[in-house]
Amino acid sequence: MSEGIMIGIVIFTLATFLGIELIGRVPPTLHTPLMSGSNAVSGITVVGALVVAGGGYGWISTVFGIGAVIFAMMNVVGGYAVTNRMLQMFRKDEGAK
Amino acid sequence: MIAIPHGLAEIGYLVASGCFIVGLKRLGSPATAVSGNRLSAWGMAIAVVITLLEGSILTWWQIGVGLAVGSGIGLWQARTVKMTGMPQMVALLNGFGGLSSLLVGGAEFLKAELAGEVIPTETGIVIQLSLLIGAVTFTGSLIAWAKLQEVMTGKAITFPLQKVVNALFFLGIVGLAAYQVMTPDAHLVPFYAVIGLALVLGVLLVIPIGGADMPVVIALLNSYSGVAAAMTGFVINNHVLIISGALVGSSGIILSQIMCKAMNRSLANVLFGAFGAGGTGAGAKSAAGLTVRSVSAEDAAIQLAYAQSVIVVPGYGLAVAQAQHVVRELAELIEKNGGEVKYAIHPVAGRMPGHMNVLLAEANIPYDRLYDMDEINPSFESCDVALVIGANDVVNPAARTDTASPIYGMPILDVDKARSIIVMKRGMSAGFAGIENELFYDAKTAMLFGDAKASLTKLVTEIKAL
Repeated sequence: MSEGIMIGIVIFTLATFLGIELIGRVPPTLHTPLMSGSNAVSGITVVGALVVAGGGYGWISTVFGIGAVIFAMMNVVGGYAVTNRMLQMFRKDEGAK
Repeated sequence: MIAIPHGLAEIGYLVASGCFIVGLKRLGSPATAVSGNRLSAWGMAIAVVITLLEGSILTWWQIGVGLAVGSGIGLWQARTVKMTGMPQMVALLNGFGGLSSLLVGGAEFLKAELAGEVIPTETGIVIQLSLLIGAVTFTGSLIAWAKLQEVMTGKAITFPLQKVVNALFFLGIVGLAAYQVMTPDAHLVPFYAVIGLALVLGVLLVIPIGGADMPVVIALLNSYSGVAAAMTGFVINNHVLIISGALVGSSGIILSQIMCKAMNRSLANVLFGAFGAGGTGAGAKSAAGLTVRSVSAEDAAIQLAYAQSVIVVPGYGLAVAQAQHVVRELAELIEKNGGEVKYAIHPVAGRMPGHMNVLLAEANIPYDRLYDMDEINPSFESCDVALVIGANDVVNPAARTDTASPIYGMPILDVDKARSIIVMKRGMSAGFAGIENELFYDAKTAMLFGDAKASLTKLVTEIKAL
């Protein structure tokens, strides 16, 4: 097994543990924004999409790549924008009544 | 075009990963969540810019069009979606994430294959995995969306030998993928076949799951979309993809487990159990011989106006009736009369994890009035009135007492321990699972029949008139 893949597996495993620690602390009240926000993060495939779309590897790679860029960006922008929209709604009780 | 050195790009990706991690951490509290989400978005912007600068991008205008079109559609969706439609939107976003992983994996494969390069075995494996997971996430999410949007039946779709068929599909995919990996100079037929079969498998896996279980499915597909992104990271050997994919993967798994626990079912049971396909609540107690006490809005208003402590138990029926704003109005009136109002949120009160909280936040109800099941349950004993609006199974005491009930063992809100209970309901129909609810026949319970919004509006008018 190549070293690159091995390092990747180590990083994947550690990041999974980190994710479990972080997500376990998010209160239920924020679970919907958490889902849409993490959805936006999974749009990180846009990085891979840009590489294959822009590299000039022939038309079929470019078509696949551009498609991937579009869908990943919908994921990224849609995810962050809707999360922001939801979080803006959450407000604390103002002062004493 | 300037190209930045590889080392600098690596550092940039590391910064982006840091932004995602700290951003997720800041999502842990409503006070810091907005800034956390922004930080995460900045991380994404950094990653995109670094990629554009580092990669030898040749086709700039196509890339520009792709970025602009995707962003435009995403922004439009985010602006126009209704809060009740949030589960559908998240389902679609999951699907798009899966599709883009599928496309990137496919493009990488074709690129190498058409150039006549030999793909190393492990790269071949991760390419096949990103195809498989990406495709299943894509079509699975579309089905989840269709069920939630009610463009297809929310009922479980089953057929004989379903599990065998699914298993055969899976084995077929594994076989073809293995063949493709082992024979680098093979034709492209197995490649397209893997994609095709995996797309069908995504459909097959989600159709036998009932609409009521969609929250679990969405959370799980969220996880898949993360794992698909991580696989793509292995394919193009990019660590920021692996890290963020793993973070999203673990988040989805945790959320689906929380939802399963709230329904007292295992993940395997949700995925393969085809709940709701069977009869209607076999073995549950029937309501024969019991009577319900109905109450008028006037009497209910008096009861609420002089209550010291009120716990509102909202169910999805409240959101369907679009009555969240009236609830807030009612709560403000009760508070003006010196009472205290809290909201008890069951994890499955909405259509996805945390959905009810968002729906109430949209109606300007402060988040510190919303309590989780475990937090609020001890408070019911000392509560004057528990006001149940459009909730049913999550307040059914049979879950604690009746071992024959299909929902036995499911954690519920202890509404039956309140001093008095008002249940707002359209009629006496049974809940999702078709189970009778003893709570409605309790001597302490008064039923206020009618449309939730109309009844609440009436209550508000009556209390104002007192």
